Parts: sequence; structure tokens; C-alpha cells
Amino acid sequence: MASTVRTPAAPTRTTGRPKRRWGAMAFGILVLCVMLFPLYWMVNTALQPESGLLEVDPVPHGLDLSGFRSALTDQGGNLLTSLAVALGAVAICLAVSAPAAYGLAQFGLRGTRTIVFGTLITQMVPGIVIANALYSAYVDLGLVNSYAGLMLADASLGIPFAIVLMRSFMVAIPREVIEAAEVDGAGRFRTFVRVVLPMSRNSLITAGLFAFLYAWSDFMFALTLNTTDDVKPITLGIYQYIGAHVGDWGSVMAASVLSAIPAAVLLVLSQKYIAAGITGGSVK
Amino acid sequence: MSTTTAAATAGPAPVTKKAAKPPNPARIRRRRRLAQWGFIAPAVIFMALFFGYPLVRNIVMSFQDYSPSTFFTGESPFNGTDNWSNVFNDELFGKALWHTILFTIGSLIGQFCVGLGLAVFFTRRFPLNGVLRSLILLPWLVPMVVSGVVWRRILDQDTGVLNSFLGTIGLGGDTPWLTSTSMALISVILVNIWIGIPFNMVILYGGLQEVPKELYEAASLDGASAWRTFRSITLPMLRPVITVVLVLGFMSTVKILDLILALTDGGPADSTQTLGTLTYQNSFVQLDFGAGAVVGNILILISAVFAVFYLRANRNEGK
Repeated sequence: MASTVRTPAAPTRTTGRPKRRWGAMAFGILVLCVMLFPLYWMVNTALQPESGLLEVDPVPHGLDLSGFRSALTDQGGNLLTSLAVALGAVAICLAVSAPAAYGLAQFGLRGTRTIVFGTLITQMVPGIVIANALYSAYVDLGLVNSYAGLMLADASLGIPFAIVLMRSFMVAIPREVIEAAEVDGAGRFRTFVRVVLPMSRNSLITAGLFAFLYAWSDFMFALTLNTTDDVKPITLGIYQYIGAHVGDWGSVMAASVLSAIPAAVLLVLSQKYIAAGITGGSVK
Repeated sequence: MSTTTAAATAGPAPVTKKAAKPPNPARIRRRRRLAQWGFIAPAVIFMALFFGYPLVRNIVMSFQDYSPSTFFTGESPFNGTDNWSNVFNDELFGKALWHTILFTIGSLIGQFCVGLGLAVFFTRRFPLNGVLRSLILLPWLVPMVVSGVVWRRILDQDTGVLNSFLGTIGLGGDTPWLTSTSMALISVILVNIWIGIPFNMVILYGGLQEVPKELYEAASLDGASAWRTFRSITLPMLRPVITVVLVLGFMSTVKILDLILALTDGGPADSTQTLGTLTYQNSFVQLDFGAGAVVGNILILISAVFAVFYLRANRNEGK
């Protein structure tokens, strides 16, 4: 039995009787229901738009989509803003961190350790501290209330993580492969684009996915680096919504559902990358 | 390290190995090094601007006088340690510090215990195991503000579903979860535990997969009880992962802002004000960036202590 290394379950349990297995499954489903209840409640409330401040029924009676309609009217633009900002942040994040991860993994330059160390440290700087200092700099640079400013700030959420994650992956690329490409006459940059990046596809996807989620979820930079409504992501939109529309929970929840969709879609489409990102980025 | 020496002794690019004598090795090596730094430079510059600069700027700002008019006049004169003494003399700071400690410790203990329990549970083999495990991640992926808003609705004293459920099963049902000064912080902690469980579970589950199965076989041959096995094998083997989980959990909890703003806005009567929200309040609501910077610096200081733990844990992990 010891030869089957990669069985997903602990061996002490492998011979569990069928009855206990079904019992475990039932318990697992119960846990999931408890954990996901708030999300169910979000959808449920969104489908009961006229509830106002009244209690919400446990199940929606029909599909009343007026909450979604008003959420789309009020927040549709903010959703697009979020999408644009998040995609921009992902692009910046990958463009900056992929070459760096490669350089830190393969070149063996003096100072590599210091930079990797510094990268780990930056993950610990509280965001509000960054926002605090960034705001006055942004005022001077004219970056307040701009897409570029928010994209850059949001990219900073993912860059340290992306560098650490991709580097731990690129360290494993055999030097011979890279040298072979260079012997064949490819320049350093071409080798990177044509050989290294394709080989690191999985880590690029994982890093990009997380950069997207970080930027999409960002609330703090959206709140602090914008003083007008010119650039308003959905997170900020919802926050201001509860300030102004406390009575209209249906619309607030519909907007929340819409903002949670990317997370749900990403989870379904790429769960293996997400699990890899949570563990890989933190442990290594 | 070995790569450095290899690169140094092997001379310039591999291409030149074939040539009997490269024209000017030192120059080529220098140019090569320069090209290599080109890959790393953008990231270093970016991080200097978005992490290094704010750290330094924040320290400088904490000795400057900011007021709403600063943004019109552009003047922020130095005022010595005024900001620091103002912040320390404000009783709100002491409160916020205390709330931060309670919030962080309470969240960490809750997240970790439930996360570990679930991680161990999911090492059993049963139908749908993988599906359930990945669906549990959802709360962690949803934007924190959104979670806060949803919970705000659920915890509403009069019309929230939690109270109406508790009322139905005869357990009161009139708890002012978010509107009483004694309950609000507890509620915020509970919601944060809910958010943190998936993260703890996934990492600890990953750690459990790395524990050699032979150890469990040996334990079961020795007739060890489940609890004994857990205490004597699982926990010790999991220690490095536990350190990482706790430190990362700490780092992300201590600075939380979104959740608290969405749930309570720091209220009622500042009962959920933490160092994170206080920084925000000082800087972006009162527009006193000097005071905000002071609280921010203290937040950094606290984080730095734990950063040391993290880096030590990381180093041990790497070896």
C-alpha cells in the first residue's frame, strides 16, 4: 500500500465502511450549506426586490428580476469599471512580475536574495498605509480619479504574490532548456517569450487569476484614491448603495450577486489554479 | 547560490563557449549582467514606488501638520511630535488598539480551529469530497465588502434572518448584533471567522497531504487512539504549515478595513473601531493625514514583528 503515494485520503480511512462514508458525505454537505448560506441569502434577497425593510422569505416566490434591473441600471457602469480596472491591473501585474520572476529564478545575480526578501516583506505592508501616502502623491501627479492610477494601485496588490508564485515555478525550469534556446541564437528576450513563458503557463494563469480577484475585490484603493464618481468600481458602488438605499435591499443584493459572479465563475472554471494559488503563494 | 558560481566560472554567454577566445570577456559579462537586470528592474522600481515610498512617506507625514486646507494651500509644516502625542492622548486610540487585538486574536482562533477541523474531516474518503471542498472556497473569493453587506442584512436586529431563525427555534431572536456596543465587535469577529475558514482549511488540508502515511500506519498498528494520533503525529508534522497559516492570517486580519466599514462603519459609538479603520478615519474623513500616518506607522510596527516570524518560518520551510 505504501507504494501508492498520491492517494487523496489518509490511509487509515481507506477501509471505512460504506455507511460511514455516506454519513461523512451528509456531514460535508451540511457544512457546505452552513458556509454558503449567506451567499444563498444574497441571491434569495435579490430575487425579492420589494421586500424593503421587511423580513425576507426563506425561498423566492418567483423570479422577480426588478432588483437586478435596477441594480444593472444603477451599477452596470460600475461593473464595467471594475472589469476594466481589474483587467488593466492584471496586465500591469503580469508584465512587471513575469520577467522579474524569471530573472530572480534563473540569473543568479548578486542581490537576488535581497529582492526576494523584499518581495516577501511588501506583502505585509497594510494597504491603508500605502493609500495614506499614495493619496498625496497621486494628488501631485494628477492620478486621483483616474483609471491609470487605480489600475497601478490595484496591480500592487498582486505583484509581490505573482513574483513569489511564478519564481518558485520558474526555478524548476532546467537551465539546459534555456541555454539550448540561446545557443540556437535566440536573444534573451526571445528566449523568455518563446520558451520560458509557455513553459510557465500554469503559474501565469494562477498569478493572473489572483491578480484579477485582488483587483476586483479591492475596496480600499477605490475608496481612498477617488474623490469623484468618475472611476467607481462595483465594490465602492455597493458600499455607497447601502448608505443611500437602505430600504431597497433587493437592489443592493442584486448588485452584490452581480459582483460575486466573477468569483463564482472563476472557481468553477479553474478550481485547480485557485487551490494551487492559495497554497503555493503562501507556503513557498 | 550554485547558479551564481556556475555563471561566473562558465564565462559569458554559452554561445561564446565555442569561440576559442571571446573578444573582451569583462565587457561582455558586464553587458550581459545589464541585460539581465533589465528583466528585474521594472518590478524593483514598481515596488520601490508602491511600497518603499509609502513606508518612508508615512514616517515623514507623521511629523507633519495636515489639515483640510493643506490640499488647497499645499502647505504641511513640520510639527515635531504633535501628531504622535495627539494620537496617544486620544482615548479612541487605546480603544482601537484593544479592539484590534480582540478582533485579530478572536478571528485567528476561530478561523484556525474550524479550518483545521474541516481540513482533518476532508482527509476522509467519501463521495463528493472534492466538489464540496472546492465550493467551500466561495466565501473567500467574494469581495469582502460584499460579504460585509450581505451579513449586515442577515444580522439586522428586526428583519434579519438570523434573529427570525433564532426566534423560531426559541433562542431569543432579539439580539442587536450590529447595533449594540457590546455585541458589534463579536459579530464582526464572527463574520471574519466565516470569511477566513476556507483559507485556513485549504492550506491545512494541503499540509495534511504531506504527512507521510507510514506514520499513521505505524500508529494504528500500535493501537493509538484517534486523538492520540492527532496529537502525536498530525500536529507536530503540521507545525511549519500551522505557523505559516497563523502568521498570514494575522497579517490579513490586523489590517482589515473593508469588512468593518461595510458592517458597522466602525460604530456604534466606535465599538468596532480598529487601527485600520482609525487610520482611514483620521486621514480620509478628518483629512488629518499626519494623525493617520501615526496610526498607520503603529500598524506597520505590529505587522513587522510578525513579518519576522513569517520570514523565519519561510526560511525553515525552504531548507
